[in-house]
Amino acid sequence: MSTLERDPGDGMVQVLDEEGGVVGDVPDLSEEEFVAMYRHMKLARHFDERAVSLQRQGRMGTYPPLSGQEGAQIGSAMALAEDDWLVPSYREHGAAMVHGLSLTETLLYWMGDERGSLVPEDANVFTPAVPIASQIPHATGMAWADKLKHDGETDRAFICYFGDGATSEGDFHEGLNFAGVFDTPNVFFCNNNQWAISVPRERQTASETLAQKAVAYGFEGVQIDGMDPLAVYKATTAALEKAKNPGEGERRPTLIEAVQYRFGAHTTADDPSVYREDDEVEEWKAKDPIPRLERFLRNQDVLDDERVAAVEESVREQVADAIDAAESTVRPDPGSMFDHVFAEQTPEIRRQAAEFAQLREKYGDEAFVEE
Amino acid sequence: MSTQDQDREQTATQNLTLVQSVRDALATEMESDDDVLVMGEDVGKNGGVFRATEGLYDEFGEDRVIDTPLAESGIIGTAVGMAAMGLKPVPEIQFSGFAYPGFDQIVSHMARLRTRSRSRYTLPMVLRMPYGGGIRAPEHHSESKEAFYTHEAGLKVVIPSTPYDTKGLLISAIRDPDPVVFMEPKLIYRAFRGDVPEGDYEVPIGEAVTRREGSDVSVFTYGAMTRPTMEAAEELAEEGIDAEVVDLRTVSPMDRESIVESFKKTGRACVVHEAPKTGGLAGEITATLQEEALLYQEAPVKRVTGYDVPYPLYALEDYYLPNAARVADGIKEAAEF
Repeated sequence: MSTLERDPGDGMVQVLDEEGGVVGDVPDLSEEEFVAMYRHMKLARHFDERAVSLQRQGRMGTYPPLSGQEGAQIGSAMALAEDDWLVPSYREHGAAMVHGLSLTETLLYWMGDERGSLVPEDANVFTPAVPIASQIPHATGMAWADKLKHDGETDRAFICYFGDGATSEGDFHEGLNFAGVFDTPNVFFCNNNQWAISVPRERQTASETLAQKAVAYGFEGVQIDGMDPLAVYKATTAALEKAKNPGEGERRPTLIEAVQYRFGAHTTADDPSVYREDDEVEEWKAKDPIPRLERFLRNQDVLDDERVAAVEESVREQVADAIDAAESTVRPDPGSMFDHVFAEQTPEIRRQAAEFAQLREKYGDEAFVEE
Repeated sequence: MSTQDQDREQTATQNLTLVQSVRDALATEMESDDDVLVMGEDVGKNGGVFRATEGLYDEFGEDRVIDTPLAESGIIGTAVGMAAMGLKPVPEIQFSGFAYPGFDQIVSHMARLRTRSRSRYTLPMVLRMPYGGGIRAPEHHSESKEAFYTHEAGLKVVIPSTPYDTKGLLISAIRDPDPVVFMEPKLIYRAFRGDVPEGDYEVPIGEAVTRREGSDVSVFTYGAMTRPTMEAAEELAEEGIDAEVVDLRTVSPMDRESIVESFKKTGRACVVHEAPKTGGLAGEITATLQEEALLYQEAPVKRVTGYDVPYPLYALEDYYLPNAARVADGIKEAAEF
């Protein structure tokens, strides 16, 4: 149903209620897939907690936490086929992990090591974009290129993530407008986490929903409960399918507004107690996607205490291993900063790289590196 | 120069204006490489407001000559995505003065994606934009802001001054694995014709060319200013001042070696560009001469540039733009110090 045909918030796509009770059609996932979804969400949460802690200990730079978004990130990324592309903002560590980016690479990136930007060739994950909404036109261009290369047919879809604040940017409009005009195989996934740093969603737009903005671009918008991983999975699967095989007269793109909440700060450099009330946070924590899925799976006899404990144990190990791997990675070669500017170094870059090498040789690295 | 002459002998040539050579380069590359496409506002059926893409739409179809919505960030941003996926888009911004809504995409992404992805992605895209004044255009249609793009690491910035160079440089730019900002001097889009070989040839990016050999003073310039500079040099020759004119052709990466070599020969320099003086490339050239050839220096380096004012409406633009008289005055000052 189009967003404009119903009241905002009413009839928002939901499969599980806040208690984990079933209120919609449960997607057709195997027991293993359900457990994998649960495990990925637990992994994303634990990773997030450890990452924030590493930053607090001075072992990592500024980091953008994701807690609260596990349902949206894992539910949507699990809907992707291996060939589909994922175009993230800077907060989709969980989604990117599901689609093939290792946690070690994510850690390296936030530890300031450029090698964390190198997504392995076998993972269709674009490099994270920090400027707000600027990755949206990229995702449109990528999907458009795929369509052009295959004479209008495509068997791949391109999902692009951004927050509620991004919908205020010109690039949101331009990216979605191009997608509508050129009918590109895109899924635009808005993590509406209610706050763009300190500015609430109400200050981003007077629209009743973000999903309804899709109407302006000529394609479908759906509002879903972003803290319900099964609703997210279902809606994303349908949007990806439509991107690849639209119905008669149907436009390929979809805007999904996943209504959710960022439990923590925007980044570790931000203090949300300045701008939001504890009551609000508590209210949303009651909707936490992880216990919600866990209760459902326990009710289905897919999970029990023993399996939950086993998942928790393996998740702890995996994150600890990733941190060990990242922290034991030898620091990058300082000269490498000259290596990826152009395919071939220009004479001036070569000259500057040589001068830099001479300076290091003359004074030693201790002259440059602050302890 | 000698290689250019050889090329001319070997191939059939056409007599084209600069803007026709842009079109010829695009057609040549689109013919030989299916991944090349042009996109932008009015580039399709209309053939571009300056006719730089005339006829391409009929020849290559709407999927390769794409009329886009009016949206600079959208044009550049989607081209970034296309290029990352292996196409070679050549987006056009109608006037360089309208590039600023897309500036974030240029500096944050077009210039940086190779670095940001550790070379997993490269952007073989060419951002074309007519730049510069002198055509009696409305506000925001005459800017010369090449310094913005030159200051941004990861971009190459090319500014041709002849039809021959335009075609060869644009073909090189399209074949370059890295993003190129290609700024076209619209003042001389149709001011004269020149011999342009049929078929493909490259003029290498990053190499200056000496337009006039001389022994008394080196004049460094590029783009539309090459013409008044040459005019001034010829006038001064009659007065006994023998100026060497070096056309940079690429402002980033800049051919510092040719600049320094010429200066070592003459010991005197005048730099000419129509962009404002402060922060302009004449400062960069002057600093390079200080660093590399101080002991050869016989006179202060003279800068003949546009003024540090917003580009004026056209009743005053003749006063703003350097012309042959101003250039001659600058060269003389350097020569006679």
